[in-house]
Amino acid sequence: MQTACKIILQQQLDKLKLDYSIPGFNEVEINEPITSNRLIQMNTFLNNYGIEILDAPKSVLIQKIKDAIIEMVYTEKKLPIFKISTYLAEKVDHSYGYISALFSEVTYTSIENFIIIQKIERAKQLIIMDDLTITEIGWELNYSSVAHFCTQFKNITGLTPTTFHRIINKRRNAAMNGSKQNTKSDVGLK
Amino acid sequence: MQNEPVRVLLADDDEDDRLFFKEAFDEIKIKTSVNLVNNGVELMKYLTQKSTQLPHILFLDLNMPLKSGMDCLLEIKNIEHLKNIPVAIYSTSASEEDIEETFVQGANIYIKKPSDFRTLRKVLEEVITINWQYHTSGLIRENFLLSI
Repeated sequence: MQTACKIILQQQLDKLKLDYSIPGFNEVEINEPITSNRLIQMNTFLNNYGIEILDAPKSVLIQKIKDAIIEMVYTEKKLPIFKISTYLAEKVDHSYGYISALFSEVTYTSIENFIIIQKIERAKQLIIMDDLTITEIGWELNYSSVAHFCTQFKNITGLTPTTFHRIINKRRNAAMNGSKQNTKSDVGLK
Repeated sequence: MQNEPVRVLLADDDEDDRLFFKEAFDEIKIKTSVNLVNNGVELMKYLTQKSTQLPHILFLDLNMPLKSGMDCLLEIKNIEHLKNIPVAIYSTSASEEDIEETFVQGANIYIKKPSDFRTLRKVLEEVITINWQYHTSGLIRENFLLSI
C-alpha cells in the first residue's frame, strides 16, 4: 500500500516537473518555492487518487499540541495527575520524543516551559478576577503549596503575585483617570 | 519549517551599549533582525514613518538626552497604531518604584542592565522567547509583565 502510494505520488509530482523528495510515508518535501496555483493543480492531481495535501503539517501538529495543553490547563477540573507526556503523545498520536523536539524547534521553548507559561497566564487571570486568594489559586492550579506557586510565578514574571496584582490595578486606575480628565481623579479608586 | 525573523528595535544613546546588544542578538538561537536608533527623537521619527515595518518588540533605554525612554513610552501608548508594540525598558536603576512606574505606564518588560555580556545574552534570549509566545500563542498582552 505504501509503495503504491509512493509510486502514484512520484508520477503525479513528475507531471508537475517539481523538484521534490519523499522522506517518508505521508510526507513530501518540495525543494523549491511553489505558487498557490501550482499547489492547487497538485491538489487536483492527487485528489484523483484520494490523496489529500495537508499544508504545513508541522504547524498543524504544533497547534494541536498547544490546544491540548491549553485545554489541560483551563479545564474546570483538577489538572490530570497522570503523566503529561503520555497524555500529550496520545492526544496528538505521535511519540513524545518527536513532538517535544519539534515543539522546541518551532516555538523556541520546550513543552514543559510552555505548560508553565500557560499555567502562570491562567493564574494571572484568576488574580485579576479577584475572586480567589493566592492560596486558592495555587490549589486550583494544582501546585503542591502556595510557596511553590509563588516561586514559579516569580520565576516566570519576575514579580510576586501580589506585586503583579497591584501593578495591574494601578494601571487600570491610571487609564481610567486619564480618560476622565475632567472629573476628580481620586474617585472610583478601589 | 522556517520562522520569520523577530524584528527588534533598540533605542539607546550609548554606542557601546548598542554594539553589545547587537552582538548579543547575533549569538542567540532565535533569528532576529535588529534595527538601532540613537535617541528618543530618532525613535519617534522612525516609528511614525509610514514605510516603517513595526518591530515585534522595542527595547528602550530609560536615560536618554532630548527625549527620555519614559517620554517615548508615554507617547507610544497614546498613538493608536503603536500602542500594542511590546515595550522592554532597560535601565541601570533597579529601584522598585522605577520598575513599578514603568509597568503602570504600560511597559511590558523591565530589564536591569546586566554588567557582563553573558548575562545580557541570556536575559535577551529569555525576553525574546517569552515575547514570541505572546506573539504566537494568543496570550493576553495586557497581562504581559516581566521583570528581569
